[in-house]
Amino acid sequence: MERIPILKMGDFLLVTIQVDLYDQLAENLESDLVNAVKKHNSKGVLIDISSVSIIDSFMGRILGNIGVMSRIMGAQSVIVGMQPAVAMTLVELGLTLTGVATALNVEKGMELLRSKILLSEGQSYDHDNNTE
Amino acid sequence: MIMTTILNKQDFVIIREQDVVPFRNQVKDAAVKVGMGILNQTKLITAASELVRNLLKYGGGGTVEIETVSNGRENGVRLRFSDKGPGIKDVDLAMKDGYSTGKSLGLGLPGTKRLVNEFDIQSTVGEGTTVTIIKWKNG
Repeated sequence: MERIPILKMGDFLLVTIQVDLYDQLAENLESDLVNAVKKHNSKGVLIDISSVSIIDSFMGRILGNIGVMSRIMGAQSVIVGMQPAVAMTLVELGLTLTGVATALNVEKGMELLRSKILLSEGQSYDHDNNTE
Repeated sequence: MIMTTILNKQDFVIIREQDVVPFRNQVKDAAVKVGMGILNQTKLITAASELVRNLLKYGGGGTVEIETVSNGRENGVRLRFSDKGPGIKDVDLAMKDGYSTGKSLGLGLPGTKRLVNEFDIQSTVGEGTTVTIIKWKNG
């Protein structure tokens, strides 16, 4: 079965989607990614969709799910590189991807991911202090 | 509906999910052939992707006619999705944002309508559903 590769880089997981998505492929990515977060104790997930030429409501929902699932597991996620035509189409379709962090490119995405992780670690540190 | 002339016609049979990607490519080819820009291409292919999912999920597969058409002023792409599935009981309800019998977000049909220029749905319970959409080159 076709799968999208997930690369581990330190505390991060990197996914570059180079092919056009179809439902099964997107579903596999969702479960593979959540399992990989657990397996590698990842703090952040970066998904590059700059080669993806269409995202419909199903694939959009999967991207949203990945964001929520990784957050529940304690990891941050960022989607980068959405093509302008894809963004315009998604909004018209009615899918605004609320709750998904996005960035213009991989570089900016990495920055965002790092700052999100710092922020979340700071929060949990404060929280520890408060409870003690 | 305005009189349209068919310039080219092709049938595409959809029976499995693996047919979806080649089908989307075929739609893209038709869009490129009429000179459609990248944004309208993306809207058309996204709409086609939504409808072909319905065809598979609710209709158990079916046929899509891919046509390049002209209304005299402008060329465009017409897609007709036909299935012999259970049909839709209440078409008006199915066209409402947020309504779904499945576990989706219910954006499929109303969202698709927003992405194209012309949208027509005919459904008979027990016989099947036919959805026709047109995207004009500059629509």
